[in-house]
Amino acid sequence: MLTRLPAILALTLTLFVDALLAADGGTLRFCLRADPKTFDPLLVEDEPSGVIRYLTGGYLIRRNRLTQELEGELATRWQIAEQGRRIDFQLRPNLKFSDGTPFSCDDVAFTIKRMMDPSLHSTVADSFRTVPGQVDVACSGAGSVTIRFPAPVSALADQFDQVAIQSAHSPQKLAAVMGPFLLHEYKPGSYVSLEANPYYWKTDSKGHRMPYLHSIRLDIQQNRDLEVIRFRRGELDLVEHLDGEAYERLAAEMPRAVVDAGPSLDWEIIVFNQVAKAPLPAYKLHWFRSTAFRRAISEAINREDLCRIVFRGHAQPASGPVSASNHFWHNAALKPDPHSPAEALQRLEKDGFHRTGGNLVDREGNRVEFSLITNAGSKTHERMLSLIQQDLAQIGIHVNAVPLDYSSILERFSRSFNYEGALMSITNVDLDPNGQKDVWLSSADVHQWNPNQKSPETEWEARVDKLIVAQTETLDRGKRKVYFDEVQQIVVDQAPMIFLVNPNSLGAFSLNLKNVSPAALRPQLYWNADRLYFSGALVAAAQN
Amino acid sequence: MTKLQKAAAGVFLLLALLSLLGARGDSASAQNREAIAVSPSAKFPLGTDDLGRDRLARLIEGTRVSILLAPAAALLSTLLAAAIGGIAGYRGGRIDRIVVTVADLFLSLPWLLLLLAVRALLPLNTSPMASVLLTFLLLGCLGWANPGRLVRAAARTAANSDYVLHARACGVSGWRLFWRMLVPNLFPILLAQFWIAVPVYVLSEANLGLLGLGVSEPLASLGSLLRELANYDALSQNPVVFAPVAVLVILAGCLHLLVSREKALSC
Amino acid sequence: MQVLLQQVRRALLTILLGGFLGATLLRFSPGWGLDERELDPHLSSESRQAARAEYESERNVLIYYAHYLKAALSLDLGISRSFNRPVTGLLRERLPETTRSLAFGVTVGLLAGLVLAIANAYAGWRLLDLAASALAGLSLSIPAGLIALGCFWLRAPVSWAIALAVFPHIYRYAGNILGKAYGTGHVFAARAGGQSEPRILAAHVLWPATPELFALAAVAVSVAFGAAVPIEVICDAPGIGQMAWKAALARDLPLLTGVTLLITVMTVTATSVADLALSFARTSERRRGRP
Repeated sequence: MLTRLPAILALTLTLFVDALLAADGGTLRFCLRADPKTFDPLLVEDEPSGVIRYLTGGYLIRRNRLTQELEGELATRWQIAEQGRRIDFQLRPNLKFSDGTPFSCDDVAFTIKRMMDPSLHSTVADSFRTVPGQVDVACSGAGSVTIRFPAPVSALADQFDQVAIQSAHSPQKLAAVMGPFLLHEYKPGSYVSLEANPYYWKTDSKGHRMPYLHSIRLDIQQNRDLEVIRFRRGELDLVEHLDGEAYERLAAEMPRAVVDAGPSLDWEIIVFNQVAKAPLPAYKLHWFRSTAFRRAISEAINREDLCRIVFRGHAQPASGPVSASNHFWHNAALKPDPHSPAEALQRLEKDGFHRTGGNLVDREGNRVEFSLITNAGSKTHERMLSLIQQDLAQIGIHVNAVPLDYSSILERFSRSFNYEGALMSITNVDLDPNGQKDVWLSSADVHQWNPNQKSPETEWEARVDKLIVAQTETLDRGKRKVYFDEVQQIVVDQAPMIFLVNPNSLGAFSLNLKNVSPAALRPQLYWNADRLYFSGALVAAAQN
Repeated sequence: MTKLQKAAAGVFLLLALLSLLGARGDSASAQNREAIAVSPSAKFPLGTDDLGRDRLARLIEGTRVSILLAPAAALLSTLLAAAIGGIAGYRGGRIDRIVVTVADLFLSLPWLLLLLAVRALLPLNTSPMASVLLTFLLLGCLGWANPGRLVRAAARTAANSDYVLHARACGVSGWRLFWRMLVPNLFPILLAQFWIAVPVYVLSEANLGLLGLGVSEPLASLGSLLRELANYDALSQNPVVFAPVAVLVILAGCLHLLVSREKALSC
Repeated sequence: MQVLLQQVRRALLTILLGGFLGATLLRFSPGWGLDERELDPHLSSESRQAARAEYESERNVLIYYAHYLKAALSLDLGISRSFNRPVTGLLRERLPETTRSLAFGVTVGLLAGLVLAIANAYAGWRLLDLAASALAGLSLSIPAGLIALGCFWLRAPVSWAIALAVFPHIYRYAGNILGKAYGTGHVFAARAGGQSEPRILAAHVLWPATPELFALAAVAVSVAFGAAVPIEVICDAPGIGQMAWKAALARDLPLLTGVTLLITVMTVTATSVADLALSFARTSERRRGRP
């Protein structure tokens, strides 16, 4: 008996711990940047609302942020047919909404119809809406649902990662959810409180119902410095999207609490204005429209120094429009432009530029000087601009740094086209390139360097248009990869956007928080919120 | 001038001279990329910043920008307050009511938007110096309302005082009465306004820098250097970032002594 | 009574003008009518067009303001685009936070400034003047946001930062006003006549300086609100100042119009109260036979 005691104790403890895991894994605390604008998952356009949707929504299909693969959630399996016009789901049986209302095909139909209703103006639907027309949702027995679109939707399955299913029958309407948490309380300007969904369908391998956490408290805090101070004090349990400086400071104090998940999907880029009707001097427009000029700028910038100095080593020189952390779509053949002022100058000289008294001038004798606008108040961009100014000064180019508030930048970018160059951050949330196809299509209004072209103004843009359309029309992932690899190569060769760096995904989390598996995709640290728990909460519960 | 005022004038002039003569050329903007955020040393007496730039050189350049422009903007707002508030208090009646209304509007309106509009209208390749000049000019033009109300109250009191009544009885009137009788009695408020406005405008320029309205890289100003202080976490690790505060405090202290009450009473 | 009516008329006109000018400033500022959806590649161009169309009702600022005022009569100040909530509700939620901070900041700043200025004028202690001036100089030289961060770090209420912002203005102005008052002829005459220093202070220094001191109190409110904006922004305090900042940056016309109206009401109230008190003081003086 005595020899069996340790085993009996261990078994008892395990069962006890397991029971506790199912009961109360603590309250997770982190911050939202601003008040959420909506709790309707179909109307989400801002990041804070997106966080609430992520934590409360139930999805037919979700992308695993770690493996980057699609996984069935409310659907056990799915199949795409009719060249991407139709998708069939097999729904998981016996599931319920957070108020106990049974989940069925009706709810899927209700959600899709509501999403596609033009009067709702749901931007979530934009990914599905390739042509006008009716979307048919048909339920068949035994939990099958078929959704048919009027035209093929590229990467159809991927789009369902953003579609949180709503209840058609619940008296609570939007408040009834199928995600791990549900909205408990919202104090405007202060916090959002979520509590565990008692009907959440997921269980772990031992059959315990998840989520392990009892609740999540999201404080509304815009100031990043205060967020870090509060994390240090123990008032917050995780912080995402740290900058390099804050990361290094935290790493010095709490080395085990910080995590560098490698390059994110985000870009830091320079874009030059190539719009023909832009109110710029003709000679400047001529520079910006010259591939040789843009490539020379790219070669003159020291990306390693940007990574080392501005990002404190927590960034990677960008090789092209797809980050290396995007395992499938990244074109591994591409390499970042090496820092080479000599080569840059050679390229410029071939294009008719020459140096006179330390300044670079074009063939007409105009001194090469241009402005770079960027987001005011961003320390990262101000530092990047300073380094870029010095790099380009080495080849005789004078750069004026023009920090502007965001709305002023939008004005110049989208309306007046009154800018020369811009240093920008682009946040990417999609793995699939279809999420950015309007950036590459020359006719699109977010084709940033020269939007709304009636027909492609250059051969390479015509080629990119063809490739982008081709990859949307095929379901064969391999073929799509080939097409998009070529798009990446063209974009790097022609440099309409100069890709500078991919910042790393940096974060920090409390050592008591368990099961954290940092990912490069957003949300970086709480993507598996249903599996997180606090060891401290369990110890306290055990002692009680 | 008292001994203390003479000492203050000396320190102020010394600061001004140091800032005008020191750190010429591109010493303030040169990046030593292998010496990022180093501690103070013989080569870099105040260390380097996050881009490897000599903090002392940037402090000298920043002081030069601010020591010239902030007092100029403060003088402008003080003169505007004197003129507008003084005339309103002296004349009374409809002019007074109009000025009070305009002052209230100046205090209530979001001038930030005007500043953003002005920035938007500036050519993109405006030099950093021209941009900061314009920022301080606008600050000076917009900062008269608060002191203007105080000047108005003082002018009204003075306008109703015995000595003004006596002067009127002696036939003094109009602008002569205003200049000879009222304005000297407004000096205490105007001097206080000037002293307060200088550091306030330096800090306003720092806040406006968050919107792209202050100096732009690579030019430094005291305001742009003070923005480093917003990173509270780094302060304990690098106390030299307080150097711009020390300079500003010295500047404000010298100005205070130079425009103190003793001097006002002697006017 | 006539003075009161005049003040009310002036105040109403100022408030109406304030709202209109604030709306105009925003309407014609760069970036009005655009938001981050412009650059979102996930949205279709139809959705982007629809986003731009949301601003059409604000295009003509005169018509917009007329409709706004009409709705404001039934306390409907529109829907904030940046918060996606009714402006009335936002103001109702956030006003207490700012009112508390301002009330504390103005009271403490005003009291501290006045008490020290009076003590210095009365006693003439050089050391006190130097110490108070040093504190005032330091308060002016350190960004309000940094002081607020310091309060946060020390877990002190951030309204102390507002008090520190108000104090140097009050101390310096009041000091000079009282110093000037002490230098007048009737103070010398009162002293020569054997009046006690406390009586001289009350009757011959403070009383004649009352108009300027009332004006100073009104200025304190403006200074406090000006300081409250960066303090609330940096400390993420959910007050009116933070909302005004966000409204300006987001070009949120309904919200900014509402906030401007509120700020104008506050400013006009403070200055009108000061002016009315001044008029009352003058009337009392006239009744006592002084000009």
